[in-house]
Amino acid sequence: MFKKILIANRGEIAVRVLRACREMGIAAVVVYSDVDRAALHVRKADEAYPIGAAAASESYLNISKILEVAKRSGADAIHPGYGFLSENAKFAKACTDAGVKFIGPTAAAMRAMGSKTRARQAMEKAGVPFVPGTSRGVESFQEAKQVAARIGYPIMLKAAAGGGGKGMRLVHAPEQLKSALEAARSEAERSFGDGEVYIEKAIFNPRHIEMQVLADEHGNTLYLGERECSLQRRHQKVLEEAPSPMVDADMRRRMGEVAVRVAQAAAYTNAGTVEFLVDQDKNFYFLEMNTRLQVEHPVTELITGLDLVHLQIQIAAGEKLPFTQENVRLRGHALECRIYAEDPDNNYFPSPGQISLLMEPSGPGIRIDSGMYEGWNVPIDYDPLLAKLIGFGADRDQAIARLTRALSEYFVGGIKTNISLFRRILRDADFQDARLDTGFLDRMLKRPEDKRVDSESAEVAAIAAGAFAVLGATAAAVSGRAVGKDSAAVDAAPSKWKDASRREALR
Amino acid sequence: MLYEVTIDGKSYRLELNHVDGRWSCRLDGRELEVDAVLVRPDVLSLRVGNTAYEVKSEPLANDLNLWVGNTRFAAEIRDPRSLRGRARAGDDHGPRNITAPMPGKVVRLMVHEGDEVEQGAGVAVVEAMKMQNEIKSPKKGTVRKILVNESTAVNAGDVLAIIE
Repeated sequence: MFKKILIANRGEIAVRVLRACREMGIAAVVVYSDVDRAALHVRKADEAYPIGAAAASESYLNISKILEVAKRSGADAIHPGYGFLSENAKFAKACTDAGVKFIGPTAAAMRAMGSKTRARQAMEKAGVPFVPGTSRGVESFQEAKQVAARIGYPIMLKAAAGGGGKGMRLVHAPEQLKSALEAARSEAERSFGDGEVYIEKAIFNPRHIEMQVLADEHGNTLYLGERECSLQRRHQKVLEEAPSPMVDADMRRRMGEVAVRVAQAAAYTNAGTVEFLVDQDKNFYFLEMNTRLQVEHPVTELITGLDLVHLQIQIAAGEKLPFTQENVRLRGHALECRIYAEDPDNNYFPSPGQISLLMEPSGPGIRIDSGMYEGWNVPIDYDPLLAKLIGFGADRDQAIARLTRALSEYFVGGIKTNISLFRRILRDADFQDARLDTGFLDRMLKRPEDKRVDSESAEVAAIAAGAFAVLGATAAAVSGRAVGKDSAAVDAAPSKWKDASRREALR
Repeated sequence: MLYEVTIDGKSYRLELNHVDGRWSCRLDGRELEVDAVLVRPDVLSLRVGNTAYEVKSEPLANDLNLWVGNTRFAAEIRDPRSLRGRARAGDDHGPRNITAPMPGKVVRLMVHEGDEVEQGAGVAVVEAMKMQNEIKSPKKGTVRKILVNESTAVNAGDVLAIIE
């Protein structure tokens, strides 16, 4: 087993990996940029090394600086977390060349998954389902007609050179095909100087469901069940759950077996995730493979009882998977809320700054993976993910009830967060009935929010405003000065009287 | 103590005293049984009658929020006997500061000093966490002064420009 692991990341995931190291008796080395000196992962580390300026290219993405720290600290392995260098084949190779174990797949497996065409050929050979269609452009209207008839309407015409919806046409019936094809071609020609158009089956309101896989370095590859990740904003996942409410045991087995074949086709090792698009008839199609630990891995941990980071480290150390596919049993239901520093009243714009007050929930079925603390200044330079709040229950309803309860206890003051968004999602009738797809959040956010406020709460706020002032707390808060809370004598002692009114006048 | 409290724009007249550990409270003339303990800075455990509330205080650059449970209220409190009245935030006359709503970096200035701007017109773009936010003018007027440059780092509440 490794003696010392370097964590090449920051934020909640660096803390998550650090905790696993501590649990396994492994020393944890962290790196940090100039603005992260006071970050939680530095506070909790065994050793911490500065690696440069705030810009990620100067620090968390700088391969040579990170490898130099590995050498100086004597680390024998590197955990990349997610994001930053985690899916960088060059980095994985550089680690190997430097004699440091990269905790993740090999550079070759990453490259195989990174190239769309090579991945697709290998996958098709392994019988992996893709969204039906042509991988090359169609030559003629006749060919288009045949392909469309074969895969079935509705279909989507897409410009091969395309992007941003240009050269895209949805076709519902054969009689629309000719004009749509001509329109798509001329638009593609005009927009990209290339009129090549290919055909894909149109999938409406798809679900995004992914399968967790684990592969050791002795040829054993297993799947650990799926995660439902359909709740997204701007293609960013917001809330994930496991298992998916739409996946039954048979579908899980079929998806899991495909995921294992995907991993094996790339000679994949360590933890990885195979993403699928799922249509309304429960057909699933391979999307891509993420060659790293996912942000949302805790929901899988809670329903399998496994620790994925421990397993990643054990696999990287050359150990065999300590269980077989039959031993993997799912129990209960888990949901994860990604708490971001962003402003719900300002189109979810990032909201960095100092956290003036932090009250975190706890109690049955609640787990928090956090990278923040009270008093910390959230820097403007990185991803706004602050923490993950995960709720677990015997079934989906109980997990939702616990999460709702936990969200009512959660308070982050001084900066804006999206905590209120989750309260809204969790009480949404469609969400509770598990009617989920990738368009869910956009539709929900278009509906006006019920913002009724009872006058009683406003009166309570008015009394509280006075009580804070009487107790000498409001002025302290406003002026930023530390003022003792013991002000019972405010009304009696004349000097404090004066102080208090002077402070209040500042408001 | 007599206070004038404004909660989300609505004014209340609050008489609140705390003598020898006992509270007395009149809200808009109604007598209420109240008991409050500051359990830690910015957190108040409040009882009105026997109903218990936890109220969080969130002081921001220019405002004070009070959270009753999960509901946020914009609060202002004044001692009417104090002669120093506060300029009302909604005042449309005189110069108005345009402030940065969050820490970030000014990436673009959209006006020059002396320009006429409409209410809601973009004045500057501030970037944070790889996202850009357009800061708009709160009123129609003339740009009197610009206090930042493109690439200036700003904190929440910093004045970017003054519109008159």
